[in-house]
Amino acid sequence: MKITVSATGNTMDSQIDQRFGRAAAFVFVETDTMDFEAIDNAAAASSGGAGIAAAQLVADKDVKAVITGNVGPNAMNVLNAANIGIYKVGALTVKENVELFKKGELERISKTVPAHFGMGNK
Amino acid sequence: MKQIVFISGKGGTGKSTIVASLSLLAQSKIIADCDVDAPNLHLLLKGKRIQEEDYFGAEHAVIDSTVCISCGLCTKVCRFGAISKVIEVLPLKCEGCGACVLTCPVNAISLMKQKTGETYVDSTTRGTFSHALLDIGAEGSGKLVTEVKENLFGFADGENWAFVDGAPGIGCSVIASITGADAVVVVCEPTQSGKSDMERVLGVARHFGISAFVCINKYDLNLRVTSAIEFFCEKTGIPVIGKISYEPKIVKALQALQTPVEAGLTTVVREIERLWNRLKTELTMRKQ
Amino acid sequence: MKIAVLSGKGGTGKTTVSASLAYALQSSQYIDCDVEEPNGALFLKPLIKHFAPVNVRVPKVDEEKCDGCGICSRICRFNAIAVVKGKVLIFPEICHHCAACVIGCQQNAIFEVERSIGVIEADAKGRFMQGRLNIGEPITLPIIKQLKQSLRSDIPVILDCSPGASCTVVQTIEGCDYCILVTEPTPFGLHDLKIAVSLVRKMGLPFGIVINKAMQEDQTIQTYCGQHNIDILMEIPYKREIAESYSKAMLPVHTSEDWKYKFVQMYDRIKGGRVS
Repeated sequence: MKITVSATGNTMDSQIDQRFGRAAAFVFVETDTMDFEAIDNAAAASSGGAGIAAAQLVADKDVKAVITGNVGPNAMNVLNAANIGIYKVGALTVKENVELFKKGELERISKTVPAHFGMGNK
Repeated sequence: MKQIVFISGKGGTGKSTIVASLSLLAQSKIIADCDVDAPNLHLLLKGKRIQEEDYFGAEHAVIDSTVCISCGLCTKVCRFGAISKVIEVLPLKCEGCGACVLTCPVNAISLMKQKTGETYVDSTTRGTFSHALLDIGAEGSGKLVTEVKENLFGFADGENWAFVDGAPGIGCSVIASITGADAVVVVCEPTQSGKSDMERVLGVARHFGISAFVCINKYDLNLRVTSAIEFFCEKTGIPVIGKISYEPKIVKALQALQTPVEAGLTTVVREIERLWNRLKTELTMRKQ
Repeated sequence: MKIAVLSGKGGTGKTTVSASLAYALQSSQYIDCDVEEPNGALFLKPLIKHFAPVNVRVPKVDEEKCDGCGICSRICRFNAIAVVKGKVLIFPEICHHCAACVIGCQQNAIFEVERSIGVIEADAKGRFMQGRLNIGEPITLPIIKQLKQSLRSDIPVILDCSPGASCTVVQTIEGCDYCILVTEPTPFGLHDLKIAVSLVRKMGLPFGIVINKAMQEDQTIQTYCGQHNIDILMEIPYKREIAESYSKAMLPVHTSEDWKYKFVQMYDRIKGGRVS
């Protein structure tokens, strides 16, 4: 299954990024093989609609789940419409989170933070 | 780190003076000036430049005149009046939407990045300071504000506080300034226009779900309006965390590029310290 | 004659000057273009009789025709459209009303609907007009555009601008005959005045300065104007009584014939072209 984790860097050992819309990057992982691919998050530079653009970005990659810290209302709208599960990060690195996800030990996120929450927070 | 954004609705209420004073009174902080149209904080903070970059915050349509057949479809389709009858792009009006690019039958138009401002990061004795200047008449203030904050947090090094000096108004610059804040402090003045503007900008904070506090500057200029403001805040559940006296000596201090702290205006300084203590208490009590 | 009053720095006295001028001239039109925080009404106390919503067009999808291709979300430069699993999600608050998505849709599946971002209010004769942006809306330009459609050509028109020098101010002052730049004798005032001067020069508009809260001891603005050949139209002194009256929404022209005369004189100077 293909999932993605919001991250501050481009590898499996990178630290996660709590933000979704303004995350520095997304690491896409094939859970069966642990093959991965990282993409810088172009949406982070937007002044508006960053969450929407980031959600579109991950939806276009056909992921089944997103692991992140905080999700704003617009992004959640898009992810829900795309039937992408949203999970709360439970560890420091991308790799650790994927492992926890595989074991079913990550919580789902159902509540959003206020819009624009991730701007300026790390 | 807790991010506090100082806004006002109305301009000229004293945000920059208060932020600059706090930069001297508080420990462990970084600072940003998000009034990118008309930034003032750098005049008081005086630091050493550690980063300076051009900011490309917009795209404008560019028409290749060698390909253009002057059919005029672009002029008709542009919602912003940004293409003249002689098929020239008027940069002050172009919003970079790309409608003309899609419409042009000969692909003569493309969108090109435009420089809309410059960002700066300074090292000051009071903390790292991020600010910017929007190019004259440029659009995209909100985007540049975003960049100022991204720069600030890029230089963060475990400080406890981020003080953001916001822009006046309630539009895109202010919205971009307050996003991600742990709290906003609305600095208002006890005038009818000040109160009216304060109410509107508090509405923006509420709209985006951000905790708000009020500080009444020059409060003794009009005790009646001050009371009215306090009454309004009590009714709407917004703590008034500070009241600062009207002190003409502050103007003289600012003319010498000094904050009330440096000028030794003890009454005002004590009032700002009280504001700071109250703010710290409120924020440690609350959970975001 | 269309006169815009701007400043760069907030709180220098744009509304003081523009409202005073409109009041003193009696037969004039005052347009409050500070649509984020309009204040003119507090001082001129008009009786508002007309309300008009300011509507902008935002896209809506005809789901029968839509094939979920996603081109619209790629075309939108403002992230206002997302397309996931063939479903189109539109975010109207950040839409820039450009209709690029309408044009780009290959199935003609996108049409436009109206939504309101603010309101324009006017007194019975349209001598007082103000725009007000709805809270939470980021974009002001459509309101300014609509306001400017009602400018009179037979009487002087005074446009009160918002602070700053951004696209909102550009839209407001464009096409005006003269700009009054209001400043104060502080380093902030001078710094932002220079920005405002660059703007009006860039736009090729004649202009002059009013120094508000002027002090004898500080002549920095006067010196700057002298060095750059900039006309000083008026100086309003820094006086606690003026500040206190202002806090009660009273202007010097409300109580002093002398001040009314000064503002009329200033207008005559501007009109007579004896400045800049």
